[in-house]
Amino acid sequence: MLAALAQGLVFGILVGALYGLAAVGLSLVFGVTKFLNVAHGELLMFGGYASFWLFTLLDVDPFASIPLCILFLLLIGLLLYKVLFSRMVKLPTEDKIRNTLLVGFGVGLILQNVALRLWTADDRGITPDYAGVAFTVLGVRFPIVRVASLVIAFVFLFALQLFLRRTYTGKAIRATVEDWEAATLMGINVHRVYLLAFVMGAALAGVAGTLVAVGYSVEPAMGMHWTLKGLIVMVMGGVGSITGTLVGGLILGVAESATAILISGNYRQVVGLVIFILVLLVRPQGLLGTKEG
Amino acid sequence: MTVKKIISIALLVVGVVALAFVPTVVESDSIINLLILIFIYTMLASSWNILGGYTGQINLGHAAFFGLGTLATRLLYTQGFPLFPSLLAGGVVAVAFAMFIGIPAFRLRLRGDYFTIGTLALAQILYVTVGNVLPKITYLPIEDIQNYQLDFRYYIILALALFTIGVAYVLVKSRPGLGMMAVKEDEDAAESLGVNAFRHKLLALAFSAFLGGLAGGAYAYYQTSYYFNYTFTPLWSLDPVTMAFVGGQGTIIGPVIGAVFFVVLKEWLVLNVGEYHLIVFGTLFILVVLFLPGGLVEVWEKIREALSRRPKLKESSTPSE
Repeated sequence: MLAALAQGLVFGILVGALYGLAAVGLSLVFGVTKFLNVAHGELLMFGGYASFWLFTLLDVDPFASIPLCILFLLLIGLLLYKVLFSRMVKLPTEDKIRNTLLVGFGVGLILQNVALRLWTADDRGITPDYAGVAFTVLGVRFPIVRVASLVIAFVFLFALQLFLRRTYTGKAIRATVEDWEAATLMGINVHRVYLLAFVMGAALAGVAGTLVAVGYSVEPAMGMHWTLKGLIVMVMGGVGSITGTLVGGLILGVAESATAILISGNYRQVVGLVIFILVLLVRPQGLLGTKEG
Repeated sequence: MTVKKIISIALLVVGVVALAFVPTVVESDSIINLLILIFIYTMLASSWNILGGYTGQINLGHAAFFGLGTLATRLLYTQGFPLFPSLLAGGVVAVAFAMFIGIPAFRLRLRGDYFTIGTLALAQILYVTVGNVLPKITYLPIEDIQNYQLDFRYYIILALALFTIGVAYVLVKSRPGLGMMAVKEDEDAAESLGVNAFRHKLLALAFSAFLGGLAGGAYAYYQTSYYFNYTFTPLWSLDPVTMAFVGGQGTIIGPVIGAVFFVVLKEWLVLNVGEYHLIVFGTLFILVVLFLPGGLVEVWEKIREALSRRPKLKESSTPSE
């Protein structure tokens, strides 16, 4: 039992890092633009399928395909922003959230069915030669693919943090989050900041999707689950907080595996949703969030 | 104005009478089935519209109410309970659940978007849980299937659909209905005028849930077999939103038009473009949200306005000349 718990904890942390990465894109977009892009899970799915195709058709290693997936998702993000989301930039916040949410649903529905046509409803995974390799520490197994994914997720989160804190553009983004009107007065082109945040969010979804495809599997109906996980983690971590999002992701991952071990694997998904509702009701600003964020 | 009212009432009566005579005239079962589907979807869209369209609280988990309605009605009905208490139970169970989530959510003045994603999560919780607890297919009782009378079911569900539209109409024309619309327009302004936003939202939620549960009950009574958790799938949450928006949310006739349009178009698309129909629907939905927030009702209004404006313009332009 103890060994099973330890193993569950490790698997929970490994998948939790991906939840964090999936959520941080959603959170970045929502924090900056107030777009609630519920097609985020579908973008993640497309990232997964992109690397799946690169691997099966062109024999590109999944980890090496990450830059290509980023590029692909940047393009999709750009397209979505230019064609659809840019039309909602000027709405008042409440309407903006609602309309982007509804448009996001439509986009999700379309992408899901495009994926169904292109890749069938089967679960698709990427299995390079080293897929089964794992090392064991104190009786707990660490599959190297998932460990590598965890490391990559951390690297991207750290890089994002650094970008937002240290670079000029990152500061412009943060200024826009705080007060877009004041940011405009300071000469920041808010439209470009919005566009940048949106495509960065899509790109982060692409990275997460690649890691999901290599460590787990992808299928056309997964988008909704990942959007929900992203929302859960975003709300738990507090919008706009990268550290909070990472912690939220890890908590969700561990809570899920604990439920799978202690109660039943069938309720894996439910525990996250219950936590989500509780956080919404009790601490809507997020576990680590500040009162008004 | 009164002439207009008489005409619309006459149209309504003619429409209802025509619908009542359909089973005696039409031989084909598939047309009856299509109409039943339209009735159920009308109930679904109209019930969603009370909370989403009139009160401005977008619910993305309407499947929870619909599903609970099917569950309660189906369980009771297959146990041998009479039909009407079973249907009523479907609505009541949905309301009980709605209150359970609505009271804390609205009391805390949860921001609109948080309510929305909260409902999405709740419906998903029920979907997974029901799938785990009741993983099997449910059948109507054997005797029911042996003497399955489509026409009888048609009349029951037609009556339920008319009841739903009627309740929605009376509600939005009443004082609480006006309060609900005020909350949608501007919650703070409504509160400053003495409208209790919490109570109005809760009232709208209760009606929406009850009628949504009733729609579920109708489905449970109509469908011979399905998986218990099928009626909790996200599709049952998205379809009412689509229908209400396409038809015209925040109007009585909008969801009805939306349901007719939705069911007929879906049928046509499934026959003609097969598996691509959901892509068409997604696109259509996005276009409506972006460019036609008033839905088909707005198109109709615009056409009518354009038609009636011409003579008026001539009249008004004469004195100025």
